[in-house]
Amino acid sequence: MTETHLPAAPAIVENPDAPLLWILTPKYLTARARAMAGERGRGARFAVLGVVGVLFWGFIFGVLYKLLSYFKGVPEIGELLAGKLLGLLLVSFFSLLLLSNVITALSSFFLAKDLDLLVSAPVDWLRVYAAKLLETTIFSSWMVVLLAVPMFTAYGMAYDGGWGFGPFVAFTFIPFLVIPSVLGSAVTLLLVNIFPARRTRDILSVIAVLTAGGIVLLFRLVRPEKLARPEGFRSLVDFIAVLRGPTSPLLPSEWVQRSVMSFLAEKSDALSMYMLWSTAAAFVVIGALLHRTMYAAGFSKAQESAERWARVGIMQKLGMRALAPLGTLKRELVMKEVRLFFRDTTQWSQLILLAVLVVVYVFNIKYLPLKGEGITFFLVNVVPFLNLVLAGFVLASIAARFIFPAVSLEGRTLWLLRSSPLAMRDLLWAKFWVGTLPLLILALGIVAVTNYLLQVSVFMFLVSVLTITLMTFAIAGLAIGFGTMFPQFETENAAQIPTSFGGLLFMMASICIIGGTIILEARPVYGFLSARAFHQSENPLEMVLGFGAAALLCVASTVIPIKVALRRLENTEFG
Amino acid sequence: MIRLSGLTKNYGSFVAVDGLDLHVPQGELFGFLGPNGAGKTTTLRMIAGILKPTAGRVFIGGVDLAVDPIAAKAKLGFIPDRPFIYEKLTGAEFLRFVAGLYDQHGAQVEHRARELLALFDLEEWRDELVESYSHGMRQKLIISSAFVHRPEVIVVDEPHVGLDPKAIKILRDLFREYAARGHTIMMSTHTLATAESLCDRIGIIVNGKMHALGTMSELRGSATYGGSGLEEIFLKLTGENAARNLMDVLDA
Repeated sequence: MTETHLPAAPAIVENPDAPLLWILTPKYLTARARAMAGERGRGARFAVLGVVGVLFWGFIFGVLYKLLSYFKGVPEIGELLAGKLLGLLLVSFFSLLLLSNVITALSSFFLAKDLDLLVSAPVDWLRVYAAKLLETTIFSSWMVVLLAVPMFTAYGMAYDGGWGFGPFVAFTFIPFLVIPSVLGSAVTLLLVNIFPARRTRDILSVIAVLTAGGIVLLFRLVRPEKLARPEGFRSLVDFIAVLRGPTSPLLPSEWVQRSVMSFLAEKSDALSMYMLWSTAAAFVVIGALLHRTMYAAGFSKAQESAERWARVGIMQKLGMRALAPLGTLKRELVMKEVRLFFRDTTQWSQLILLAVLVVVYVFNIKYLPLKGEGITFFLVNVVPFLNLVLAGFVLASIAARFIFPAVSLEGRTLWLLRSSPLAMRDLLWAKFWVGTLPLLILALGIVAVTNYLLQVSVFMFLVSVLTITLMTFAIAGLAIGFGTMFPQFETENAAQIPTSFGGLLFMMASICIIGGTIILEARPVYGFLSARAFHQSENPLEMVLGFGAAALLCVASTVIPIKVALRRLENTEFG
Repeated sequence: MIRLSGLTKNYGSFVAVDGLDLHVPQGELFGFLGPNGAGKTTTLRMIAGILKPTAGRVFIGGVDLAVDPIAAKAKLGFIPDRPFIYEKLTGAEFLRFVAGLYDQHGAQVEHRARELLALFDLEEWRDELVESYSHGMRQKLIISSAFVHRPEVIVVDEPHVGLDPKAIKILRDLFREYAARGHTIMMSTHTLATAESLCDRIGIIVNGKMHALGTMSELRGSATYGGSGLEEIFLKLTGENAARNLMDVLDA
């Protein structure tokens, strides 16, 4: 028997010239291929996106610019107020970044599909860290960057920042994005290593949600409304002292605020800039060292997080019985939705955040200063009307978390639904109602409670209840529509779906519809309240037109997105 | 039971399936073979209603899939090659859900589900979440789900991927028996020995076109494909000469 000797293959060495971010090449190429791919209806989608995006930017810019122009005219404290406002906005950005980085880091460092290949290949740990950190930063920061553009533009234009302002802000903002990214990644890394492997993913999502709830509660405790009521301070000197004092001197948001406001005042604040960049650099180094020592063990643990047992309780049996009149198909669809929701910790844990949001909201209404001198019947009734805007916004954020991801979560199991005799209409029906009914109960609950706290008139109570009902349907319709038009079938983490591009578009569209509804109803409500306050006669035509147009807008926003979604779902192919 | 008429699928300028005509009658177990990328999965996914054909028609049990998709799909059970299912349902819940999609429920469904799970050694796992199942166990569960509603037609894409030898044997017997009871099965596979021993007729697709179609003896008898075994016929059709010199490849 002859033995075949293969010549020795040349040793494969790591390419020393390969760029540090070589690992991200497939992601970049994928994004490029996706951008180049021709698809029917793509142009129209981007046109809608462009219009909604420009409207949203215009809205943020307009409101801020007007406010800042007003501040500019206020002697002594105008600039201080502008700085304080920027500080508050940046603190909220920082909290958002921290939270979204924790969630994103879990996906990019521990759950992503390319990790098996990377971890089994002879890739240097530093390359993995650098690439994954950059990926985490980009995926969790783009939304904040999009929000920051109109915000800083307004500051630059209101305070004549000049052409150098843009590059200066960009230079200041980069370390502001890197710091929470390193922090989020490090927190995820520590948690993955500390907690029992089987439950890592679940525990992390609960912790992320609790953190978010904590941040929201903290904001409430700070009571930012104090600043809007200078009469609450003992003297003007006290008020100015509060304005001058730092909000949070150790947070990067404060450093960005000081740098930006100094630039606009044509002063130099090198210390803040130094703090930003040196902290970012130090954090990256510490993060890299942590990654070097803890990543391998953490990655191994995170792979074992499957849950084995399912809880089948009395609630399920009751649910099956209660849903029996719907027929087998719809009952099974609804039960499947409910089971998947309550067994997925990344999903149900967000209910905690929801509870915090609602409590804070109700308390804000409770502490509104609507009693005492100068508070008219008119004001007492206008506030609940404007309250609808806030309630609508709360509902839209909830729909973004729970209804928007519904179609995406079917993901790669859609082959089953598409090959079965299930009409896509029935699927969307189940997704719509499973999301809308709890949302409607919540909406009516918070409007009823806040209206009770505000002691509104019967007319305003009816307007609020009807408007919030129509708005809830519209928001749910938009969530289903945008969720189907911009699905995230490949996602590894349900909590990330609302932060996608489609999620942002959904939020923008919802805000436009909420704003539109309130604007349409403003005139008849104003007319009615004026008539009551000043004993004039009411204009029935104005009321019919105003409320009718608002109802039409809401109905159209419910029906059209669902129809578009249905067509899209029926035409989507799953190769 | 399955009839394809001029079935075509284009991806841009690439023609994946090119005017396929085929009739698989009731009670037949049809083997659908071809090299990787020949258009097998695309064809099966069009039959299952997951992909829309660029041209041509699909009839299932005489119902045009494009005209009445719900009625056509009600006669169908589909087993894909990749076992993606709901991770947070238990095996029993998943089978119940699939039966519900076909508007079936009750004691008979429960009985069938139990029998199918027992057949594939999944009985002990019936109340555990799918996320704790192995790849092969998921595949067994999907196969069970295709049988739970007793469809007239079963379309299977690579049924053996990830299955252990015992499960492969059970599946072979199950297919044979199911076809013998008057149901129709269309199966794509790379396991030529299985196709040869199991299928009533075999079709070989290359570059989206049907290159050979017939029973094993018909294929053997054909001068064009001359040879004794399916492997020889398959390699002849799909170009065994293209195989490169292994030494050259390994020395590179």
